[in-house]
Amino acid sequence: MEILKGIGASSGIALGPVYIYEKPEIYIGTEVIAPGETERETEKYLGAVEKSKQQISIIAKATEQNMGVESAKIFHAHLDIAEDPAIEESVLDKIRTEHKNAMQALWETKEEFCALLQDAEDEYFRDRAFDVADVCERILCNLAGVVPATLQHLPDAVIVVAEDLTPSVTATMDREKVLAFVTEIGGKTAHSAIMARTLEIPAIVGLGGAREKLASGGMIIADGNTGQIRLNPDPDTIAAYEKQKEVLLQEKAVLRELLDKDPVTQDGKRVELCANIGSPKDVEAVLANNGEGIGLFRTEFLYMDSSRFPTEEEQFDAYKRVVQDMAGRPVIIRTLDIGGDKTLPYFTFPSELNPFLGYRAIRMCLDMPEIFKTQLRALLRASAYGKLLIMLPMIISLEEFRAAKVILEECKGELSAQDITFDEEIAIGIMVETPAAVLMADEFAKEVDFFSIGTNDLTQYTLAVDRGNETISSLFSSYHPAVLRAIKMVIDAAHREGKFVGMCGEFAGDEQAVPLLLGMGLDEFSVSASSLLRVKKIIRNWDYTRAVDLAEAALRLKTAAEVETFLGQQTD
Amino acid sequence: MIEKNITIANESGLHARPASEFVRFIKPFDAKISLVKGEKTVNAKSILHVLSLSLKQGDICTVQVDGTQEEEVLEKIETFLAELKD
Repeated sequence: MEILKGIGASSGIALGPVYIYEKPEIYIGTEVIAPGETERETEKYLGAVEKSKQQISIIAKATEQNMGVESAKIFHAHLDIAEDPAIEESVLDKIRTEHKNAMQALWETKEEFCALLQDAEDEYFRDRAFDVADVCERILCNLAGVVPATLQHLPDAVIVVAEDLTPSVTATMDREKVLAFVTEIGGKTAHSAIMARTLEIPAIVGLGGAREKLASGGMIIADGNTGQIRLNPDPDTIAAYEKQKEVLLQEKAVLRELLDKDPVTQDGKRVELCANIGSPKDVEAVLANNGEGIGLFRTEFLYMDSSRFPTEEEQFDAYKRVVQDMAGRPVIIRTLDIGGDKTLPYFTFPSELNPFLGYRAIRMCLDMPEIFKTQLRALLRASAYGKLLIMLPMIISLEEFRAAKVILEECKGELSAQDITFDEEIAIGIMVETPAAVLMADEFAKEVDFFSIGTNDLTQYTLAVDRGNETISSLFSSYHPAVLRAIKMVIDAAHREGKFVGMCGEFAGDEQAVPLLLGMGLDEFSVSASSLLRVKKIIRNWDYTRAVDLAEAALRLKTAAEVETFLGQQTD
Repeated sequence: MIEKNITIANESGLHARPASEFVRFIKPFDAKISLVKGEKTVNAKSILHVLSLSLKQGDICTVQVDGTQEEEVLEKIETFLAELKD
């Protein structure tokens, strides 16, 4: 049994027959066109570009639906390339002055641009060469009347082996039939590798000569964790593989059985288990995993995917949709949290030395009350359709909270005057993510309706560690006793005033942290939709009293390493 | 045709997102707009061309405008580049 080794780029193991994927071959002629035919050739080229743009738009839309806005971005970049005037100019020039046929003109243009890009020192720049090639090859296919390459129609469930897979092929492949894929070039950060991870398909990249070595066909086992491929595995290996797969499936089945169960501990302590979402489309996955509510709805997508500030109507539609889809379950919507590392294409942020400590989130909203009011009015109007709670980000002082509340009251007054209905008792809470909010938590608890702890920023600000800075990434740990004590302070302060505390940062979905947070008294865990059942399983396996002991012991420890070692010794 | 030397101010230069924003800003102008750096002259409406100049913070490039309302357009471009953020 032969073993090949590539780079594991997306985890999971698959067993299946090899399917060698080759790009369609296109014949590019070198025949010169007659001077009278340049117009016709130009039209032909522009027609093929138009057709390509339509195809890319369809792929972009389908990708957005299946894999989300982030994955679809690459195709918007492809549209920019298809429309690029420099490419068009170069092609048309070759047709008109050099009398080349459209295909040859485009082929040469593609080669020129790719060469230009590939020589760059910068990785971002080199990556654009793949995009230019992908787009130009699509236009060439359309010029040749060849159907652009896809993996949409596969005979059977297979493991795809290819030189490389372009983003457009990866995004449109038949997800039922592609068990895994193996490519000869590309690294872990290639677009196809990223998409494989999103789609949860095992992938191995950078396996030179894979097509030739696997040409004989037959069965292979592709292990996306180790990057290993086993050719024609013997029965023992297949049996071991089947067993491993069975274990994984069983785990999945066990989790699925928890779907209708409550997040309650062995000794009867009930917590709330909600999900974080970034757009109305994400609600589907939350409902599929039976999330009890939305603990954090980030509204930035409305602002970032637009060419201007979104209108009240646009926002109202998005909020209403989520609230209605959740059918009475609570939906916590966070007001605009832009600035820091997130900017807007249509708004000029001031130049700042420390954007994370600068003009962002609530600071910006209070500074531009008209923009804030548009969002608050939309939120209030949507509150008539279900249970909506408003959450303010980056709060450091009571003044900010009170100022926001004054503006909210103004909006309520305006809506009442216009006879527009909304939830008069709408709850308003704050995100606890600054040390200032932690230290003042007892005062905040008297005025706010709820807290939600944002552990990513709270860790960053408490430890003064930039979470995007790789050089100091080892210092970034939510297990640092300072962060844990801050969390405990917030929970206790809220409970003294009878308010509930949730957590919407990544820490809430950290398997080791769940019992600890449970024992600290956290009321609500808000995690990604895909983590809901995993977290539920942990909660259901624990005793609350045991978790309280665990939390007390952990809070007495002095270093992050001690805490992690201690938690690592616990079993659920 | 008019032209002016402009210094790139933003930290990452005309790269990635700032470059896309710049090209999106330039596209609607009814004028031929070019960027010149050293011996290279490129079409400012092409993202690929703009990227190929790899303009960094502090680099000086010449902006050429050829078309209608040249003065006004050049002024707008200058302001846009001065305020461009990463």
